[in-house]
Amino acid sequence: MAQKSIREYDAKSILAKHWNKYFPDFTYAYETVMVQNGSELAEAAKTRAWLKEKTLVAKPDMLFGKRGKNNLVLFRDTKPGDVSLAKAVSWIDEKSSTLQSVYFSFDGDKPTGEAKTGMLTHFVVEPFTPHLQEEEYYISATCVGDNDMLYMSAEGGMEVEEGWDEKVTEVAFPITDTEEEIAEKIRANIPSDVADADKAKFAEFAIGFFRAYRELNFAYLEINPFVMQGNKIELLDMVAKLDDTAGFMMVDDWGDVEYPTSFGMEEKSPEVLAIEDADSKSGASLKLTILKPEARIWTMVAGGGASVVYADTIADLAGIDDLANYGEYSGGPTTSETKFYAETLLDLMTREKDAQGRDKVLIIGGAIANFTDVAKTFTGIIQAFEEYAEKMKEVGIRIYVRRGGPNYEKGLKDIKEAADRLGLYIEIYGPQTHVTDIVRMALAK
Amino acid sequence: MAKLYTRDTQAIFWNNNTTAIQRMLDYDYTIQRKTPSVAAIVAPTSGSKFEKFFYGPDEIMIPLYKSTAAAKVHQPQADVLLNFASFRTAYDVTMEALNIGGFSSMMITAEGIPERLARHMNAYAREKNVIVIGPATVGAIAPGAFKIANIGGTIENIVQSKLHRAGSCGLVTRSGGLFNELANIISINADGIAEGVAIGGDRFVGSVFIDNMLRMQENPEVKYMILLGEVGGTEEYKVIEAIKLGKITKPVIAWCIGTIAKYYDSGVQFGHAGASANNQMETAEYKNRAMAEAGIHVPASFNDLPNMIKKVFTDLKLPEIPEPEMKVCPSVRKSKEFICTISDDRGDEATYAGFPISSLATPDTGKGIGDVVSLLWFKKQYPKWATEFIETVIKTVADHGPAVSGAHNAKVTARAGKSVVESLVTGLLTIGSRFGGAIDGAAEHFKYADDNKLTAAEFLNHMKKLAIPIPGIGHRIKSLKNPDLRVEGLKKFAKEYFPATPLLDYALTVEQLTTSKKENLILNVDGTIGILMVDMWRALGYEEAEINEFISSGTLNSFFILGRTIGFIGHVLDEKRLAMPMYRHPMSDILYDVQVAEKI
Repeated sequence: MAQKSIREYDAKSILAKHWNKYFPDFTYAYETVMVQNGSELAEAAKTRAWLKEKTLVAKPDMLFGKRGKNNLVLFRDTKPGDVSLAKAVSWIDEKSSTLQSVYFSFDGDKPTGEAKTGMLTHFVVEPFTPHLQEEEYYISATCVGDNDMLYMSAEGGMEVEEGWDEKVTEVAFPITDTEEEIAEKIRANIPSDVADADKAKFAEFAIGFFRAYRELNFAYLEINPFVMQGNKIELLDMVAKLDDTAGFMMVDDWGDVEYPTSFGMEEKSPEVLAIEDADSKSGASLKLTILKPEARIWTMVAGGGASVVYADTIADLAGIDDLANYGEYSGGPTTSETKFYAETLLDLMTREKDAQGRDKVLIIGGAIANFTDVAKTFTGIIQAFEEYAEKMKEVGIRIYVRRGGPNYEKGLKDIKEAADRLGLYIEIYGPQTHVTDIVRMALAK
Repeated sequence: MAKLYTRDTQAIFWNNNTTAIQRMLDYDYTIQRKTPSVAAIVAPTSGSKFEKFFYGPDEIMIPLYKSTAAAKVHQPQADVLLNFASFRTAYDVTMEALNIGGFSSMMITAEGIPERLARHMNAYAREKNVIVIGPATVGAIAPGAFKIANIGGTIENIVQSKLHRAGSCGLVTRSGGLFNELANIISINADGIAEGVAIGGDRFVGSVFIDNMLRMQENPEVKYMILLGEVGGTEEYKVIEAIKLGKITKPVIAWCIGTIAKYYDSGVQFGHAGASANNQMETAEYKNRAMAEAGIHVPASFNDLPNMIKKVFTDLKLPEIPEPEMKVCPSVRKSKEFICTISDDRGDEATYAGFPISSLATPDTGKGIGDVVSLLWFKKQYPKWATEFIETVIKTVADHGPAVSGAHNAKVTARAGKSVVESLVTGLLTIGSRFGGAIDGAAEHFKYADDNKLTAAEFLNHMKKLAIPIPGIGHRIKSLKNPDLRVEGLKKFAKEYFPATPLLDYALTVEQLTTSKKENLILNVDGTIGILMVDMWRALGYEEAEINEFISSGTLNSFFILGRTIGFIGHVLDEKRLAMPMYRHPMSDILYDVQVAEKI
């Protein structure tokens, strides 16, 4: 996926790094620190005097919002704004040591939907900033359809989502707009609720914000709220996504940024991480998502489109409870890359037998390749079969192959011979068979 | 433009992707195109001037250029850019080509171009009225006319899927892999494709479904269309809108893949970067339902798509498409080790650049050695004044007496009893930067000065800085008052017969300055030849870059080598005739100054 969420801490760090370029008339103290537990915070206080001198706010920094409503923002001990370093340390230790439930949607203050549980592993700690409600604002930018959108409101904080239409001014910018046109449009569209005395300053901040969003290749950037006191800016809460395809040209501008998994999603397994690593080093594409490791149907499908069609068909004919993974390999992977990919899948697939004692099904599918050498990639799969043949027989696996494209006859013949030699159950089909028909055949048996 | 490509469409291929280009040429040969579909290859880092490819059983050469601009200058008719640059450079390559102009469509294969750059690029192309296919695509095909790179796969699959001739379906897909699959399904259940485009899997692509389908609506070969969409984005709604407005009236069959996405939250990325539903409208199910409601033929599932195609196609009751003749590429082909572009001895009679020897050899043909040189050295028929100039040069340089080092060497070798060829080469091997090389040098430096608009004085200064005596200037005894008649003859010939002599005119201003310093610093015979050769090529219409290449490759010296060979052979035969004995240099003519070697 091209758009990746980043932590609030990283978003602030990126803006702070380029602050003087985009916001030359404003100041931002960039007093913020990210820790994984209480002792890290205590350690950080040794080099950051403000952690000891100021009262603090602490909250998890793990991509999810609604932290206030989930009671996961520490800003009061006995009264608002009295959180000491010691309190923050003990609170973070407490919150990070037990499983936490987080709700993602609320009706008023009442949670709706199901909570996700998980461990809180990252916290951001900042000074408590006393300010007036009138000093809070909302601003965000993203791309909708073909246009960039800028959203501004004189009302910051969490209330903004309830009453979007009344409170938020939306401005659309075609990609072809010049710097001057953009600035002019922003100045002409400052929300009317912004006090007249602050309108010009607000506009300058918004212009800088929107330029930072574009030039730093954010896919989404939101500050809700930011506090403007004279020329002093505080970024109280931020949400950001980067367009990671721009990563190669933003190495210095972004710095050391990470793309965490969202809270409650299982941490990526070592297998998935290994495939991601192989993918990043290869000119070809290798993708793997594990949906339900105990399920019985595994897919090893070539091609971004074909892999989706197979997943659709399995969901239609068997239901998603039987689908163990989603993934694809494409773009002409080498034999060793395919072998690694196949071994990873076979390893996962042969860890346990099917709970109901049925055979497991391995779908080696694909459309008619444009340029991928089918025989070459199948050689990698055959080598993986040789490694895992015993385990495969133990678990009971039926293999269904369908593929076309360069050298497909040889590929099919080779894989059939290898499976027969190793004593594995296999059926092979070429382009004469409809691409997803092997799913039906596998389920019919 | 109702049709994306025709049988005459030619492309500039950016990146020397030999496998993909060979696939295109195999296709061209199979469908019997008159010209190859790739006119030029841009390979910025390659040192070669061409790449060999098979065209059926034979081999052809496709020119390589260092830049898109150079390729476009030499192949202005090629109006398709196939941009196979990586995601790091694809944007720059596209923008440069858009600025150069003259392209009607561009295809971009790179996946993962930064989104903001892709949006800029697509908007700029729209402004310039250029159709962009991709990024992140395998391309497009107009069966029987033009095929991009790898689309359709191998030639066997292409014929199997009836992609070798126009059918009646207009096909648009996002996925490249499924494009092939659809082509196969359409060949089985209908009569093939008239035009097909895989628009690309990235979130921001240039031409979208509607752009291509509106063109297909205008294309009389397209009788119905198939759209294969994906979860994510809202492009399918533009098609629905066009149908409602009556802009698309041909039957449309459509299916959006990715119905599975509804079962999982947005954390699972199915398929391409563009394939992610941000709201309900972007889900595959919602889009499939909306399309069905708009009167589009939507099957119950992807599995049912073949039946739907068969039904719609059968209802159209189209006349059967005749199968055209095809050529078959041999399965075993051997690349040639050597290339010859000047002469051919395979026919009844050997030819020089296409002319049988008998048409050049005898006096009644009116052809001289200058014509033979122009054919075999330059592969062109030079006009009379140029071939006569070449002959004049050869005659002028044929000999300069026995004392010059080359002739002396040849004579000494002949007296050692060696053969004509052995004696000749010892003479020839003397030719180089000091002996005979002034022709190259004069051409190079005078041309440099003229190209850079240096005045005569600036040129002298320039040469002084290089610390090189000006090649082609100066003679042992001749001066302005006592002119070298060979030089006078060459100048007179040029003045009378050359259309223009700009470099000679410039050289004469230099000579005025040099002779004002020293009488014998005249433009000598080597200088005059080198300079007039440049004037000749300029008048013949060669580009400056080509002339520079003649100079750097030693073509000018070749005239000296050719002419002086006549003289050397003369000296060798002279020695043989005189039966002169082995030569030993008199010791009295050698200064002996030999010291005892010091110990170190």
